[in-house]
Amino acid sequence: MTEEVRIGVYVCHCGSNIAGTVDVEEVARWAGHLPNVVSSRDYKFMCSSLGQEMIEKDIKEMGVNRVVVASCTPHLHEPTYRNALARAGLNPYFFEMANIREQVSWVTSDPVEATKKAEALVAAAVGRVAWHQALEPLFVPIEPSVLIVGGGVTGIQSALEIADAGYHVYMVEREPSIGGHMAQLDKTFPTLDCSACILTPKMFNVGNHKNVTLMTWSEVEKVDGYIGNFTVTIRKRARYIDEALCTGCGVCQEKCPKRVVDDVFEAGVGRRKAVYRPFPQAVPNYPVIDRANCTFFLKGTCKACEKFCPTGAIKFDQQDEIVTVKVGNIILATGWDLFDARRMPQYGYGRLPNVFSSMEFERLSNAAGPTGGKIVLRDGVSVPKSVGIIHCVGSRDKNYNNYCSAICCMQSLKFAHLVHEKTGAQVHNFYIDIRTPAKAYDEFYQRILEEGTIFIRGKVAEVTDTGRTPEEEGKLIVQVDDSLAGRQRRIPLDMVILSAGLEPRHDAKEVAIKFGISCSADRWFMEKHPKLDPVATMTDGVFVAGACQGPKDIPASVAQGSAAAARVLSIIGQKEIEIDAATAIVDETSCVGCKECIASCPYQAIEFLEDKGKAYVREALCKGCGTCVGTCLSKSIALKHFTDQQLVSEMIGAMTAMKMFEQAQTEVA
Amino acid sequence: MKYSYYPGCSNEKFTGAYETSIQAIAGPLGLELVEIEDWNCCGASEYMALNLTAAYSLIARNLAQASKNQDLHQVVAPCSLCYVNLRKCDKYMGTEAALAGRVTQALAEDGLSYKPGTLKVRHLLDVIHDDIGLETLKAKALQPLHGLRVAPYYGCLIVRPEFHNGGDDTEFPTSMDEVIRALGAEVVDFPMKAQCCGGHMTQISESVGYELIRRILKSAADNQADVIAALCPMCQVNLDAFQGAVNRYFGTETHIPVLYFTQLIGLAMGLPPRHVGIGEELVDARPALSRIGSEMAAEAAEPRKPRKDDKALPMPAPLKRA
Repeated sequence: MTEEVRIGVYVCHCGSNIAGTVDVEEVARWAGHLPNVVSSRDYKFMCSSLGQEMIEKDIKEMGVNRVVVASCTPHLHEPTYRNALARAGLNPYFFEMANIREQVSWVTSDPVEATKKAEALVAAAVGRVAWHQALEPLFVPIEPSVLIVGGGVTGIQSALEIADAGYHVYMVEREPSIGGHMAQLDKTFPTLDCSACILTPKMFNVGNHKNVTLMTWSEVEKVDGYIGNFTVTIRKRARYIDEALCTGCGVCQEKCPKRVVDDVFEAGVGRRKAVYRPFPQAVPNYPVIDRANCTFFLKGTCKACEKFCPTGAIKFDQQDEIVTVKVGNIILATGWDLFDARRMPQYGYGRLPNVFSSMEFERLSNAAGPTGGKIVLRDGVSVPKSVGIIHCVGSRDKNYNNYCSAICCMQSLKFAHLVHEKTGAQVHNFYIDIRTPAKAYDEFYQRILEEGTIFIRGKVAEVTDTGRTPEEEGKLIVQVDDSLAGRQRRIPLDMVILSAGLEPRHDAKEVAIKFGISCSADRWFMEKHPKLDPVATMTDGVFVAGACQGPKDIPASVAQGSAAAARVLSIIGQKEIEIDAATAIVDETSCVGCKECIASCPYQAIEFLEDKGKAYVREALCKGCGTCVGTCLSKSIALKHFTDQQLVSEMIGAMTAMKMFEQAQTEVA
Repeated sequence: MKYSYYPGCSNEKFTGAYETSIQAIAGPLGLELVEIEDWNCCGASEYMALNLTAAYSLIARNLAQASKNQDLHQVVAPCSLCYVNLRKCDKYMGTEAALAGRVTQALAEDGLSYKPGTLKVRHLLDVIHDDIGLETLKAKALQPLHGLRVAPYYGCLIVRPEFHNGGDDTEFPTSMDEVIRALGAEVVDFPMKAQCCGGHMTQISESVGYELIRRILKSAADNQADVIAALCPMCQVNLDAFQGAVNRYFGTETHIPVLYFTQLIGLAMGLPPRHVGIGEELVDARPALSRIGSEMAAEAAEPRKPRKDDKALPMPAPLKRA
């Protein structure tokens, strides 16, 4: 320290968020006596323009050259205050934040204890900031290509927005075709337009866009790097089809002798061949051989597809391919899984043939589905005369998922309409609450009411085939607590549809770890801010959109798809990105060139200067994790902004404060 | 494996077959059941409605007696109501301070005390399923019950809440199904398996009580069960002793013997029928039991390949529980 250190301390009330528990005036008064502190103030909202001006004024008029703000988490306002310092002509790294909201006032109920803890944290920050050094951030160019994971309607929307803007998109999809759940649906609420009809043109555009590289039947294996400079490793699973030769004529699918139940696209209610494309409008249109069911792979003979393929595109010896791409930003649009209704055995799904899941019903009702759009019972022939639709299966239920799945009310109303329209059956809807908040949704509810659907408010206890009366024999009986009539009712029906809820993908947690983001308690991907930054994540350059972030219907998913694209485009438009200056630096005078640090660095950011025989940290790649600092045998690596001196001073500050409190306590006693 | 054992008054007085079979299989299975010294009635269901302090003190006295034996930390009850009462008492003494205070005071009058959480209360089924294990049962079943179709009846008490530490489904439990399958018998689909048998309702309102029993018997008959397996004295008595009355009342002709699952275990282990109390039931079980071994369990048939003109839609596969 050559110059005189003059520290300013600013304690924020945050309205009553902090001041309600912590005696902020006392903290400011107390901090005024700490070493090097020349100004110590408290203010209602430090982040307001008046609060920031207070700091700037002290810097200019009182010669304050180090700043401590005791307020909320640095996640929220560190950039705010660093900018204030910069405006006043001070290096923004001469700043330290003491978090006395999340770490003190929100988690400590006793005001005396809270005030002491706040004071100790301020003392720590004061101790640390005295040793801060002026640092200059680095700017690196942004790779304009974008990775989109998931080819459902959300990913498709994002891809088209970005590709149309002239930037390259890599789209990775796990299934053989893009389209996602929306491609499975029959009609979409509330307008009842055909789902495939509005989706397939968009799918086609993605498949044929000059700026989109489509990789289906593929999964992301590994993600390295940071915003602007990600390196992504993708596994293209072997399709056993030569994509260059295949014309998508479908002869292989026709000739394949092996039929299996399709659990994915047909939701288990229809069948497909072992070589298949999930649906006729699939994009890309070349098929996949399902190795687990293919007769050739199981028994070593067959090859019917190969014999009949007119272009010789069947390649049984194809191997998985590993592709590496460089992208600047990533959008996760991985969607959702349907709640497995077999987990609620009282509703009989999987046990009673005529209990259907919502996705099974979508396929039944879909003209391209296994029954050609006929709504029939499990025997494939009989048309139901009475149908019950149970809402909230697996949602709003503390035994399964506490949350509302958002789509089931409207979906159930749509089902009621389709059943009524196609079969003329009497429809009962069993609901807990009807939630129809979006545009034209409640009007749709009114319409279904007028169609004569019976609505029974109450949680269904069970669906059983055990009748008590002759009328109940041979029927499915829904036992329900009719909470409006105030009594138990038993409704005999031919068919029951379970409006199962939405769940996070079964592997959401592994995917989150792979991309360095987090999940909420119920496993949905966590957004940066639920209201103000809904598609960003805490990891810069990684965005989430659609139902992978929480249950959403199509309009909301599409809106998020566009939103994520807009956020990405605004980053691409900046052309270069600021890298935090807190990187590692090698002291060449003591480095012995042992190369231990090079092996330890998880980001390959350290190289060896052969001419000097020393290690060198490439700042653009360094993430400031500090692993090399701990590894270095000659203690020659320091982490800027986290030097030993800074950390030790921080601890001394906190411990000295605590010692003072202890002494005061003893004196009182 | 050694446990404190709370037989309950039903077992001691009017459902001897349960107690006989438990004692008969305990040794061979390696269960050591140490009867709680000077235990008393758990108060069943009625006492709760009259006086909570007295009801809970009555139950807590058994826990206090059991906790005197400091080597044993688990209490096993074969009766569902005893099991629920003991568990409820242990739980509420821990969470309801006022009630716990009054109960502790009552116990102190007799020089007794009980600290909630000291003992773990378990049902016999839970012990056999988890501690003995299905593999051991399979190994011990020297005369497997092939050919016997069993409807496993759990009743409404044992399954809620969180029977089997939440490891079994409250609405559609399967742990007894697994035990019975391990014995070589066939388990029939039994939608009424966790419905109420009526408890003491036959003494209060015949029409209500008989109707509750009829539904269960009918469901078992509809699914062609040879026997119903019970795990609670009250359930067994209702389904067995009132079967004739129910038949007369509704004009039905159901004849399904109701045996304890422990009797089936004993039979499968090759114990002589009268050593496990067969013959004490009112609906004669002998015709049904004569079927044992008469036909081998059918091998699981390959799923039928759909015919070209078969329009039937595939069913979802059964859920595999972890």
